[in-house]
Amino acid sequence: MEKHFTDSRVKGVSTGTTILAAVFDGGVVIGSDSRASIGGEYVSSKTINKVIQVHDRIFCCMAGSLADAQAVTKTAKFQLSFHSIQMESPPLVISAASVLKQLCYNNKEELQAGFITAGWDKKKGPQVYVVSLGGMLISQPVTIGGSGSTYIYGYVDAKYKVNMTREECLQFATNALALAMGRDNVSGGVANLVVITEEGVEHIVIPGDKLPRFSDE
Amino acid sequence: MAAASMMPIFSQNVSSNSDLVPEWSRQEVSTGTTIMAVEYDGGVVVGADSRTTTGAYIANRVTDKLTRIHDRIYCCRSGSAADTQAIAEVVSYQLGFHSIELDEPPLVETAAHLFRASCYRYREELMAGILVAGWDRRKGGQVYCVPIGGMLVRQPVSVGGSGSSYIYGFMDSNYKPGLSKDQCLDLTTKALTLAMERDGSSGGVVRLATISEDGVERRVILGDQLPKFSTH
Repeated sequence: MEKHFTDSRVKGVSTGTTILAAVFDGGVVIGSDSRASIGGEYVSSKTINKVIQVHDRIFCCMAGSLADAQAVTKTAKFQLSFHSIQMESPPLVISAASVLKQLCYNNKEELQAGFITAGWDKKKGPQVYVVSLGGMLISQPVTIGGSGSTYIYGYVDAKYKVNMTREECLQFATNALALAMGRDNVSGGVANLVVITEEGVEHIVIPGDKLPRFSDE
Repeated sequence: MAAASMMPIFSQNVSSNSDLVPEWSRQEVSTGTTIMAVEYDGGVVVGADSRTTTGAYIANRVTDKLTRIHDRIYCCRSGSAADTQAIAEVVSYQLGFHSIELDEPPLVETAAHLFRASCYRYREELMAGILVAGWDRRKGGQVYCVPIGGMLVRQPVSVGGSGSSYIYGFMDSNYKPGLSKDQCLDLTTKALTLAMERDGSSGGVVRLATISEDGVERRVILGDQLPKFSTH
């Protein structure tokens, strides 16, 4: 097959990765794999957590350079909690995404990190935002990112429907991650999923051997 | 081709020597593409998109990438259009000669090995990814994959070309051994449509061919008849 450009040409530790987020009826699921690698040759961590909580009902997933992503999320978390105290109410998901966007856009020369932000707020309910490498911010009902995402564009386009139930969406996300991890050598480990609804937040971890298996050729 | 579709191009628009000749005419003609082949009990289904590009210009939007090598052996071409056409012609000739010598229809495996021989020997000069598929009396429907570099492997289902990356997940989850001919046709059509929607180098119409003991059946699915997936 033709050589394919992935976004894992970063120096140092990279989250060559698969991340995704999807809106369902009443909430949102955000998830990722758990592998961190150096140059795609050495797995430096098999169980890294790429789903970071930036506020009570807002999580984000990072892709790209691990150092950059951690620095940005730390800053964003601080700015967001300050903003939330000033406003005396939980922050909107779009505020969280905008904070990340500002950091990515203003420092685009130095940084190499992209984010998916997902969460629930009272104004608009469940939402998913994507902040890309250069600092673009858009809202989508479902989005995927990282090097492993190329292999599941077809699957996501075919399988995602708006207003799925929580169970359907979880199954969809688990399948998508499993398929990507099966094809991308820099994605792997366990599947970390977080379900965010008005009621609260639920963490689900699916170890590698419990992931769905598809007919192997 | 494949690189162009993934990387955000910030600006390579400053033309090097002159603006007298458009940039695309200086680029090699490529079948940046999506091709697929599936075995079923009794034959094979092959499919391809129909876009040939030179850089950003679509040189041919109704290309036929399913090339007849013999009565019941076809190949799907991806990579450089010139290279794959040349290789297909050479193999077609060699196979025709071999078949006359043998006085019986050639095996799909033979065709695949001939492709591999050319692709591997000239691997430095060529850029060709080829799927060889067909039916013969000995082993029924078979699909062989000869990617860039000249490897040869038989697979029950195989995809290739720049658009193939996007449909690995779809293919892994939807293919099961033991599908019927119509299920294979449906799977191929859906997979090619999904790839064409995401890959800039793939598009146009979907060309399909079914190869079995009874012969070859070709069909074309035009753009407006392609399956639609929920937009988001």
